[in-house]
Amino acid sequence: MAASTNAAGAAKRRRRFSLLTRRDKITLAVLIGVPAVIHVTLVWVPTICSILLSLTSWNGIGGLENIKYVGLDNYVNMATVYPPFWPALQHNLIWLVVFLFIATPIGIFMAVLLDKNIRGTRFYQSALFMPFVLSLAIIGFIWQLMYSPNEGFINTVLGRNTESNLISWLGDRNLNLWAVLVAASWRHIGYIMVIYLAGLKGVDSALREAAIIDGASETQTFLRVILPVLRPINIVVIVITIIESLRAFDIVYVINKGTNGLELLSVLVTQNILGQGSRIGFGSAIAVVLLLISLGPILLFLTRSYEEPA
Amino acid sequence: MAFTRAALSRRTVLKGMAGAAGLLSVPNIIAACTSGASPTPSAAPTAAPTAAPSAAPSAAPTAAPGSVKFAATWSGDTDALKAVAEKFTAKTGITVKFNTPDPQTFSDQIVSYLQGTPDDTLTWYAGYRMRYYAEQGLLHDINDVWSTIESNYSDAFKAASTGNDGKQYLIPFYNYPWVVIYRKSVFADKGYTIPTTLASFKALGDKMKADGLVPLSFADKDLWPAEGHFDIFNMRVNGYQYHVDLMAGKAKWTDPRTEAAFTAWKDLLPYYAGITGAMGRTWQEGINEVVNKTAGMYFFGTFAGTAVTDPVVHDDLDFFTFPTLGTAYDSEMAIDAPINGFLMAAKSPTLAEDIDAAKAWLEYLASGEGQTAFLAANPNFVACAKDADTSGYVQFQKRMAEIIGSAGAIAQFLDRDTDPVFATQMNSFLQTWLNDPEQDMTKFLKSIQDFWDSLGIA
Repeated sequence: MAASTNAAGAAKRRRRFSLLTRRDKITLAVLIGVPAVIHVTLVWVPTICSILLSLTSWNGIGGLENIKYVGLDNYVNMATVYPPFWPALQHNLIWLVVFLFIATPIGIFMAVLLDKNIRGTRFYQSALFMPFVLSLAIIGFIWQLMYSPNEGFINTVLGRNTESNLISWLGDRNLNLWAVLVAASWRHIGYIMVIYLAGLKGVDSALREAAIIDGASETQTFLRVILPVLRPINIVVIVITIIESLRAFDIVYVINKGTNGLELLSVLVTQNILGQGSRIGFGSAIAVVLLLISLGPILLFLTRSYEEPA
Repeated sequence: MAFTRAALSRRTVLKGMAGAAGLLSVPNIIAACTSGASPTPSAAPTAAPTAAPSAAPSAAPTAAPGSVKFAATWSGDTDALKAVAEKFTAKTGITVKFNTPDPQTFSDQIVSYLQGTPDDTLTWYAGYRMRYYAEQGLLHDINDVWSTIESNYSDAFKAASTGNDGKQYLIPFYNYPWVVIYRKSVFADKGYTIPTTLASFKALGDKMKADGLVPLSFADKDLWPAEGHFDIFNMRVNGYQYHVDLMAGKAKWTDPRTEAAFTAWKDLLPYYAGITGAMGRTWQEGINEVVNKTAGMYFFGTFAGTAVTDPVVHDDLDFFTFPTLGTAYDSEMAIDAPINGFLMAAKSPTLAEDIDAAKAWLEYLASGEGQTAFLAANPNFVACAKDADTSGYVQFQKRMAEIIGSAGAIAQFLDRDTDPVFATQMNSFLQTWLNDPEQDMTKFLKSIQDFWDSLGIA
């Protein structure tokens, strides 16, 4: 990084003292330039386009001449007359909290248990990891069969499948978000478990032995010794958890297109941009809100992980 | 072929998706699956160059049969449409090249599709959702086809095929009414009679409740079924014209008449299956309640019959028009009877070359012969053309034709009659209301009107 800055900003006079040969510079330019161009065109240009489009009104038909600048109207409408916005924001945050404080800790707990080399550990590993192999859309389908009010597995087992005592797992707007979170966590736990297990396998067993000799209990060993050692893995796990919860989309979309208590920002973006009539500007405005929410926790973690070197 | 289509559609995808591209990526599947489902050339006249798929650029003889591209996107109907195409090819020598994208994806991406490299002709629906694209210049008018087929359709069909500019854009193919479906055996066993008025409908509902049946099965997990219910209550209470005006934004949601429609609906909600249960049930599960004799009736489109696979049970199904509610519009008997049909895409890159073949294809689809061939495999719909052979109709279809024939006015269905963005949000509004029908109606209707106003629809 420093070398390339020097190379780029070097004055003519200083060039002869440069440690880099002409060939080095070309190599560097190609190696940094190509990814930079790809990154800028595929990430920053669309992001900036989204932000610009969020200030416009456009139905997606015709060219640039049909795009009308409307200022902050989309944001105002979103907050005032668009009923699903606030519920969606709330559901996204609930999703994040449940993943961070329930699903991820369970996954870590599973990894710690499986690290004990208990009997049948390979079987449990595969069983817990299996849901992750499935896409969230497929998981949505599977759990719909489980949750179906009259014909589903859960209600049939509970004997709650007649009209008078029915539990509508996916239809009750006070219940369905939690029902979906169970299904999504089912997948997320396996994912976190595998990542964490890989980390645990890499911990030097001497550390553990030393802790035991010093008289630390099992819990103390984990919290005071193992957890700090696994700092890089912890950061990865937390970032993954945040990303997984913010990009949640497929599972609610296959269930009821993200309505009736299952609104999520990602669904609202799609709903406004795809479909038979699109509001590109409005959808972009929601996407910008989602972007801002995603940036918050991720920036926080990235800065923290650079601040304190492990 | 597939390569050029994919490459050309990149621009539209970028255009359409630019808004979200940074955050979400959506695959464009539509362009992927062109399949030459054309029948073997043996049936066609040998003199003409029937190997049209490669579209010989040098010859371009206008008299030659040629070929037409066709996107078939009604789920489950592709085989039946291919059967129609085979008959058409046998008759004219024109090949129909099928493109069969996934229906849901197709309908979600219709805006990009019509602007990109659409097929010459495609399956679609009547109503606002046809006029909307016609107005944007994405559809090619088919006035000259209509001038030959006009005598084969009633005026109502012609009106439903006409855009805001007075030109025709659609070939009506089949339709189906929204009705109250029941099992004949259940009605016979329990001695129920068909209710025609609100009072007799309620009396029947009470009797069913006493017999341990849910009077009206209901399922709204798919979101749109509730639209059909709103439509019928609004049309019965306020009449067809008010309904159409409301859909077009000429009448206001805050109008007391709109509230009256909801009040009439609320009056019948006690006969519905539990709302929270219904929100978790698909429409197929809804008809299953009637099939399994746990519910007495189901207000739905007759295509509910497609979910009934047992032919004995299907024969046992019958239906009647939604009862009158004792208003000034009782005699009008307006119903939803959505029309499915065909369009010609203006931006199709091959249209200039294929236009004659495309018109011949559409003309054939407007004939009773073409529609009869299709309906042989689909007893849940009825043909639109006057000269369609109805002698092959099963009882189910005969009753459909009867009900459509006796309706004084025909609406398309809420999501086909109003702005598409509004219709999507309307589903959520209806669910909000169904979850809490006791809520402050003034506030509720104002939130709908505010949303409509925010869309800036002219």
